[in-house]
This record gives sequence, C-alpha cells and structure tokens, in this order.
Amino acid sequence: MHPASSVIFFTTASGAGFGIMGWLCVAILMGHYILTPQTILMGVIGLALAGVGLLSSTLHLGNPQRAWRAFSQWRTSWLSREGILAVITCVSFAAILGIYLTSGVILPWMAGSCLVLSLLTIIATAMIYAQIKPVPRWHTKLTVLCYLGFSISTGMAVIAAVSPTRYHVYLAFGGLVLAWVFKLLWWQRASRTSLSHDGSTTATATGLTGFSSVKLFEKPHMTQNYLMTEMVFEIGRKHAARLRQIALLAGGLLPFICLGLAIVTGQTAGFVMLSCVMHLIGVGVERWLFFAEAEHVVALYYGKG
Amino acid sequence: MTMLPPEPSKKLGLVIDLDICVGCHACAVNCKEWNTGGYGNSLSDQDAYGSEPSGAWLNRIHSFEAVPMDAHGTPQPSDARIVHFPKSCLHCDDAPCVTVCPTGASYKRAEDGIVLVNEEHCIGCGLCAWSCAYGAREMDRASGVMKKCTLCVDRIYNENLPVEDREPACVKSCPANARHFGDLADPSSDVSVMVADRGGFDLMPEQGNKPVNKYLPPRTKTSRCASQARDDEVPNLVSLAKNNQSTGILGWLDRTLDAIS
Repeated sequence: MHPASSVIFFTTASGAGFGIMGWLCVAILMGHYILTPQTILMGVIGLALAGVGLLSSTLHLGNPQRAWRAFSQWRTSWLSREGILAVITCVSFAAILGIYLTSGVILPWMAGSCLVLSLLTIIATAMIYAQIKPVPRWHTKLTVLCYLGFSISTGMAVIAAVSPTRYHVYLAFGGLVLAWVFKLLWWQRASRTSLSHDGSTTATATGLTGFSSVKLFEKPHMTQNYLMTEMVFEIGRKHAARLRQIALLAGGLLPFICLGLAIVTGQTAGFVMLSCVMHLIGVGVERWLFFAEAEHVVALYYGKG
Repeated sequence: MTMLPPEPSKKLGLVIDLDICVGCHACAVNCKEWNTGGYGNSLSDQDAYGSEPSGAWLNRIHSFEAVPMDAHGTPQPSDARIVHFPKSCLHCDDAPCVTVCPTGASYKRAEDGIVLVNEEHCIGCGLCAWSCAYGAREMDRASGVMKKCTLCVDRIYNENLPVEDREPACVKSCPANARHFGDLADPSSDVSVMVADRGGFDLMPEQGNKPVNKYLPPRTKTSRCASQARDDEVPNLVSLAKNNQSTGILGWLDRTLDAIS
C-alpha cells in the first residue's frame, strides 16, 4: 500500500496525542495530577498532536472541504467512528483541563470517560486498517494491539520528556517493551502471511481454477494506474528487512538504552528527551513500513503472487 | 447511507463469457467514452499525450496465460491458451466498499442492487478502493472523487434512448457478444440460465463479498496433440490434386499446356 506521508504523520502524531491524554486521565483518576506549568504543557501537547494529526489526515483527501461529512456514518464506518471519537475525546479532555484551570475542580468521572474515549479512538484508527480483508497483513487483531501499544509508549515518552521523573522513566520503559512486543509479534505474523493467506490466488481472482497454472500475460495498459500506485506499491519493499532493523534500533533499542542511562547517570532530562525523539522517529519508520509492506490482493491481477 | 440494504429482489449485473472474449478492449473504450460524458464528473486522464499517461477507467481487460491439465492433473504446456479477462465492478451483495465509506457517498441501491458513488458527497479518502479485493474503484485525479462502474445506470433506465440501447455501454459495444446484462436474482432470466448452463462462477469467493456479476469459464478445447494426430490422417492435398487428373475441356487445356511448356 502506498505510504502517504500525511497518513503516516497523522497516525503517529494523533496516536501519541491520545496516548498523552489517556495517561493524564489515568493520573487524574489516581489523584496524581496537580496543576503545574509542566502538567498543563503535557495536556496542551496532547491536544496539539491529536489536532495536528487529524488536520494532516485531511491532506490526502480529494475533497477536504467536505471532510465534515465523515462524521455521519458511525453505524458502519470505522473511519467515521474515528473522526467522531477523536473530536469528542479532544473536547472532553479540553473541558477537563478548562474546568480545572478556571475553578480548580477536577472531575474523576470525566477523566474516566475521557480515558475510555482515548482508547476507543486509538482502536478506531487501527480498525480502519485491520478491517481491510484484501490486505492480509493488516487484517488481524494484532494491528489494533500495535496501535494501542505505540500510543501508550509514545504518549508516555512525551510525558517523560516534559517531566523526567524516575516514575515517568519507569513507565516509559514499560511502554517501550509493551509496544515492541506487540510489533515483533505483528512482524512475525506478517512474514508468514502471504497474499494467499485467505486462499486468494491468481486462479481464484480470475476463476480459472481448473487450470494447472495461470499467469498474467498482458496488463490492461502499458503505464501505471491508480490501483498500481496505491495498492501494488513496491518501492522500498526490498529494503524492508533493513528498515525493520532501523525502526527497531531507533524506535526501541536506543530509546531503551537512553532511559537506562538516564537512571544510571542521573542526567535524566537530556537522555529522556533523546529517548523520546528517537522513539518517535522509529515509530515513524515503523508506520512507513506498515503501509509499504502491506500487500493487497488486487496485485494478483497485476502478475504478483 | 452506508448501511447495506436488505437483499434486493432484483440484482442487475453482468455475465462475462471468458470463452468468447477476444480481448479487443472495445468494451473498455466505449465505457470510458460513455462515462466521461455520463453520470457524475468526467473520467479524467493525466499526461494523456505524454510519456506516462494514466487515467481513471471503470473497466480494464487483463490477459492471462492458462496451462490446462489432463485428467491425471499433469500440466499440458503445449495446450496453453490465452484467456482475456475484462474486469469491472461486480456490484457485490456484501459490498465492503459501501460499509467502510465515512460519508455515505458510497451506497447500494435497494431497488436493483447497483452500487454507486454520490460524487457530491465523496471526500476522496480512497478507503472504499482499499476495501475492494477486485480493484474495481479508481480515484479520479482531477475531480478528487472515487469513480466506479455504474452499470450505466444512465443508459439502462434512459427513456430518451431506443429500447434496444438501454443496456450498459460495454455490453452494447462487445463485437463478440461476450458480455450479457440482466437480472441475476431472477432464475428464469437469460443471464441466470446462462450461468446455470455453463457453470458461471464468482471471482474470489473466499473474500466473502458475494459478487452479483458472474463469469463463464473457457470451454475445454481439443488438445493440440490430439488435433495434430488428426491432421496426420488427412490425405496430402497437393498429392491428391496431382493424382486427380482433370477431365473435359479444362483437362484438355491442362494437358496441352503441359505439353507445350
């Protein structure tokens, strides 16, 4: 699948944003959230990342001026649900912060519902991809776990970068491990999930199942078309193994080492910040691969598989 | 509305005969021609006269090489054949392209099962094209909306056209009569009878979309080896002609000319 940069940025940034909001709601529920410039900054970054991510997602639309129509089909469409949940989550989180700032009152029930909404938003984002049966590598519950994992890890990475306490560093450790366990499982499944995972082959795609072999003789046209650039995307797939190493190194191993150094050396702020930046870059690479490595069964009509 | 309607009592669709299609692309060209001026925005091309032309087409013809096998399952490469394979929207009963649409632009008609895009509401997110296993939908790069086969909804019900022209442009233009249009929910319709007689099938049934359009398989051909053997039994025509002396005035002419030369 074609890795549109706006969609990669959107899923990474808004994932981190809703992760931050979710973590702050947990802090409120546990009675740990007190108003300081740092905690306000965390909330603002969370809202900004979610907001910028959502705006960037409209950049790949053919007619972004009609994007408001996407709030209408929540009964069947995960994309519609995602849009609605994202807006409700941002509004309710902004309301929690606003009420706290103006009246000093914090409402745990609001934090509880906002936490649930954040998680549902992340799940809805993941389901946009996980629901696509013609892309066997996406069509798994592991996709949802990966999106949740990286929201949790990037959210805590940002929180720890803003406020590098020992407690936050430990939570960032946990987030990193959780996210990469899910992702490694996803990669493992992906490497044994071919285009014919659900039984689709060139023979079933053409119905020529009574033959011993069927192969493409001639494409419908000589040049590229929308289907090929969008769904038969192949650039970079040959570098997939190397890019996976880069993603794992930048997004997992190096941040892990930095967090360790932060605790050992006591130079917490610098190392935690470095860890956060590298983790976000690594997740960006991972997200690029998520699209670039996904194969669509329509490729069977174009001589693949 | 992106909820699928209850199963329609009428399912308009196409039956495409892979035995007959000659791969001439006339259906695709006529489809493009009709639909660029018909329903919705025109079907745009990009760099149409340049080195990398591309554009939105609602029907494309792929050609495949198929190697048959004998009764024991042994491949018969010398009997390989070309199968031309036209592909357009299959107007699925369980169309995922409809339910994934966030705006309600993509819908399936309750009255005849045709899947359409309301181009006034389409935001061009492309999710419907991703959800389609068959690659039936293509984004129009100029108008930024999703295009797909409408089953020529603006022809089949068009009272300004003569009755015989009220069928999809692809069906109307097929010079080989490989494409047929009708109601696949009616078991007595010509298309349903054809599907029943010839063993019509669904594309990628494992994807669970329940396509309405059906394809008819290529008929089994006489093996090339068998026909070669038969050729050997045919007497040599040249020697036959030599042995068979003409009679009458032409015979006299033949013999006379032979004698002179």
